Amino acid sequence: MSLPIFVQHFFNALTLGSLYALIAIGYTMVYGILRLINFAHGDIFMLGAYYVFWAIALLKLPWVAAIFVAIVGASFCGILVDQVAYKPLRDAPRISALISSIGVSFFIQNLAIVVFTGIPRAVYRPDWLVKVIKLESGVRILPLTIIVPIISFVLMLVLLYIVYRTKPGLAMRAISKDIETTRLMGVSVNKIIAFTFGLGSALAAASGIMWALRYPQIQPLMGMIPGFKAFIAAVLGGIGSIPGAVVGGLLLGFIEIMTVAFFPELSGYKDAFAFVLLIIILLIKPTGLMGEKLEEKV
Amino acid sequence: MMEKRKQRNYILNVLLVAALAGGLYWAQGNFDGYKIQIMNLIAINTILALSLNLIYGFTGMFSLGHAGFMAIGAYTSSLLILPALQKEMIYILDPLIWPFSVLQAPFFVAVLAGGLMAALFGLLIALPVLRLGGDYLGIATLGFAEIIRVVANNITFITNGALGLKGIPDYANLWWNYGWLLLTIFVIVRIVNSNFGNALKAIRDDEVAARAMGINTYRYRVISFTIGSFFAGIGGALLASLLTTIDPKMFLFIMTFNVLMIAVAGGLGSITGTCIAGVLITFLLEWLRFVENPVTLGSFHIPGIPGMRMVIFSLSLLLIILFRREGIMGMRELTWDTIFRTSPKGGESS
Repeated sequence: MSLPIFVQHFFNALTLGSLYALIAIGYTMVYGILRLINFAHGDIFMLGAYYVFWAIALLKLPWVAAIFVAIVGASFCGILVDQVAYKPLRDAPRISALISSIGVSFFIQNLAIVVFTGIPRAVYRPDWLVKVIKLESGVRILPLTIIVPIISFVLMLVLLYIVYRTKPGLAMRAISKDIETTRLMGVSVNKIIAFTFGLGSALAAASGIMWALRYPQIQPLMGMIPGFKAFIAAVLGGIGSIPGAVVGGLLLGFIEIMTVAFFPELSGYKDAFAFVLLIIILLIKPTGLMGEKLEEKV
Repeated sequence: MMEKRKQRNYILNVLLVAALAGGLYWAQGNFDGYKIQIMNLIAINTILALSLNLIYGFTGMFSLGHAGFMAIGAYTSSLLILPALQKEMIYILDPLIWPFSVLQAPFFVAVLAGGLMAALFGLLIALPVLRLGGDYLGIATLGFAEIIRVVANNITFITNGALGLKGIPDYANLWWNYGWLLLTIFVIVRIVNSNFGNALKAIRDDEVAARAMGINTYRYRVISFTIGSFFAGIGGALLASLLTTIDPKMFLFIMTFNVLMIAVAGGLGSITGTCIAGVLITFLLEWLRFVENPVTLGSFHIPGIPGMRMVIFSLSLLLIILFRREGIMGMRELTWDTIFRTSPKGGESS
């Protein structure tokens, strides 16, 4: 493989990986706090992309304002999902909440088919994002594939700042250690959980919006596969760990792109890589690359 | 007293089966094709939900891989019953490779082979994956089902890829489907009421305690999972012959979701509950098709809303899990003994 082609693949992998990482952070935060796989997370990702589309088409908002509205709207939806479908099940067996999240996920998808119709839609992309840049070495890249990772990393840094340097972040980390003790310390646990859902959903929406720019077609089921894969990325990095989710997302992006790049005959199996990887990682190191071991309490 | 009750239950069971057979005979003569199709779907859905209930409701392993086992069963049995001429016709992309191109089997053997193949894959996946617990197991089995689907899409020389198999002989009539259903119920009731079943329930209720009591939990879980995947394969095989056409898209996650919905609605850990829910949910799914049809009430014309069916369906799962988590029957069973109230609890199941 020639160097220019490799550089192009590298940027594609970086873009895909950072988009996975943004979604994976939401999974890992919710899992860290509630021990719940939030299946509806991938659908919040889809809603983010659709909200931009509708904010431009119906509200006639400028592009940047539409993105802002979409992120706020999607994070509101994330909080709503928690309040309606997970909060009443806090004291129920954990699997009940998991089934509830599968139900919510299908509900959002099908509601999206009814409301948005199942027809794939093309999204607006500013020209400067998709004008191919040709470097002298023969490398041809889209500005998008550089900008998406940069924005993603900025968002991740903001998130890390919130989680590790602010009071709500401290409360979040405390809840993930021990929810009851945190409640006794006078932390309003429900508010912090809602805050976590809002934060995770905002990142998922941002990822969905950038996904729609990169692969410029949106449809109601678009969140499902990226959602599963991002969850796998979270497991890969060690579920519950935010840096782990970032590493896992990037790793998964690189594995997917590079495997297809080096072994084109495997491209039909692309969607299976992540799942094979999941089963392997669960067998070898279930705690993931950077996760802490969860003790089984008797 | 005990003997007498057993004898009574036995006679009642025989009578129930006879009544079912009579009902089927009557239905075959009097129902139109659509109604018979729904009855067939009820039987197959109940088989699938029972097998999930064995894995999840009785052993407590949250598995989301049902669609994968169904796909294996469906493809295996279809390849065995497809006529050689039809095989030559539909394989356009790649010709079917050797052993499958000549293999033929009667329907019963083909369905059994589908179940056994699914059980074999179930065993292979169970050995590594069942070392995990809880929701990790769910996501790993979901991953397994996705892998099966992607592979089925790609090995065109066996599965015909995305084109799928067409013209599968429609042997799966009421008799076959309800016969397999009875067999499934019989086997699962026997398992659940045996000592083996007690061990499974102990694992479900508290795995650590079960291990402390000397139960080799891993071994029991693997066996339960393998039996569950066997019946999932049977269900898939019957479904393939009923619909006469299959392709990888049929075995998406939504398929598992439907089965899960029946098991949860009926009550996890209740066989009779699953049977009741199998009937109700299959009816609901068919009845909801009318929601998507346009309705004209006098001068009002309500246009059909495509997709509304699944919205209502997923909403009903949500409502069940939020407001009636134990489902229709909870962990209780509807047995002859509970009907006649000779003893307050348990006993032989119907």
